[in-house]
Amino acid sequence: MIELIDVVRTFDGQRVLDGINLTIPRGKITVIIGKSGAGKSVLLKHLVGLLKPERGRILIDGFDITQAKGRQLQECRKKFGVLFQGGALFDSLTVFENVAFPLREKTRLSAAEIAVRTRQRLAQVNLSQEMEDKFPDELSGGMKKRVALARALIEEPEILLFDEPVTGLDPPMTNTVFHLIAKTHQEIGYTGVVVSHDIPAVFQVADYVAMLHQGKIIAWGSPAEVQANPLPMVQGFIRGEVNFLEG
Amino acid sequence: MKNLVSALGRGGLKIVQEAGEMALFLLAALGQACRRPFRFRRLMQEIHFIGLKSGLIVLLTASFTGMVLALQGYYTLRKYGSEGALGSAVALSLIRELGPVLTALMVSGRAGSAITAEIGIMRITEQLDALDTMAINPLQYVVMPKLLASLISVPLLTAIFDVVGIMGGYLIGVVLLGVSSGAYFSGIVQSVVSLDINGGMVKSLVFGLTIILVACYKGYFTGRGAEGVSRATTETVVLSAILVLAWDYVLTSFFM
Repeated sequence: MIELIDVVRTFDGQRVLDGINLTIPRGKITVIIGKSGAGKSVLLKHLVGLLKPERGRILIDGFDITQAKGRQLQECRKKFGVLFQGGALFDSLTVFENVAFPLREKTRLSAAEIAVRTRQRLAQVNLSQEMEDKFPDELSGGMKKRVALARALIEEPEILLFDEPVTGLDPPMTNTVFHLIAKTHQEIGYTGVVVSHDIPAVFQVADYVAMLHQGKIIAWGSPAEVQANPLPMVQGFIRGEVNFLEG
Repeated sequence: MKNLVSALGRGGLKIVQEAGEMALFLLAALGQACRRPFRFRRLMQEIHFIGLKSGLIVLLTASFTGMVLALQGYYTLRKYGSEGALGSAVALSLIRELGPVLTALMVSGRAGSAITAEIGIMRITEQLDALDTMAINPLQYVVMPKLLASLISVPLLTAIFDVVGIMGGYLIGVVLLGVSSGAYFSGIVQSVVSLDINGGMVKSLVFGLTIILVACYKGYFTGRGAEGVSRATTETVVLSAILVLAWDYVLTSFFM
């Protein structure tokens, strides 16, 4: 379980996170929605300790990651897998090398065992063996996301964070990526946190939805509960109203 | 006038702050060298990139530098009837000054700028963050091997520069201008002492570490987007060149 308690973070005098309180249940997928620039990705980076809050605590299974440094922080991060917005694939490595990278660098598994696991993950995200030797710049946006997902899954993390997993993808590919998230979640059972503004497609993978607006969580609940939330901000965002988006 | 003074003050503070941050960055990165895993393969890759791939440009620069030194030295020494001292003039100039300085400048131009661009792109495409989230310290995986590689590669390149430069001088001084071969080499043997060589090697160690530190630091803390990486790359080349020349003065005054 992940708990955020009164988390505050300011950038250039602007409070991007203004006393966030949120509980992310274990083994479920929680989707954080909000307009672009609302601080969703900032919130996600706080969860894995890439950014530190000015105030507040973030408990990962009871361990406060905001206070962790050095080895403690690295140990805590072993629970995480992250799918970055642009994929963050290593551009000098092939698809196979990218996916195998965490195993090669952090484990003593044999090359054969690494190859088996890597191919297993690539197959899980519907990537054929012919793709293995391609470099990231030879891949389409959707393929990059799938390779990044395979890499994030390779160590079977307890917690998987998705930063805008479908941004820039066409509708069929958006559905494919969301389908893969749902499928892998069912198979591995990780705790998922998905940051997205892709409404309503993102609701298909959500167990819970939290809406971030002006640094605060203004709505939380099941997708049906959030969609029924009477707050004008929530309704405005879900309907994609121009006034809200520009506000 | 008041504005000018305050602007100078702000500039001065910024320089001091950046120097301090760079020193802390260096300590943090070198500290990773003592931690497992030791990343021997990464070190070899960086030695290949910084050292071996700079070999050709260093060879070319060294041979032309030695040739020009011999040409200039010959016409100056001939005025005093001291052509025999050409070998010692070429060797001392190369070993004490030009070898370490020009090698560092060449490595900075070829490898330093590339390192800044590489790390800068890793930063803006979140590859460094990805390493962090995989519990792999980017300082250990990306920066530390480059710094260690600079400590190994740049002194070796400097030694090659010195030897090739002396041979370039031989080609012009002895083969082309007719200085005695014996006088050329005996002049070197008599005039070059171990302090000259040690001084040159210490310089090359300091210069090598400085240019790769600047390159890594500028890339690691690059600004946003392609423009940020482009600016960081330019800053690397300019700052490295200035620091190499400034260090050269400081170290020369120690080894005089």
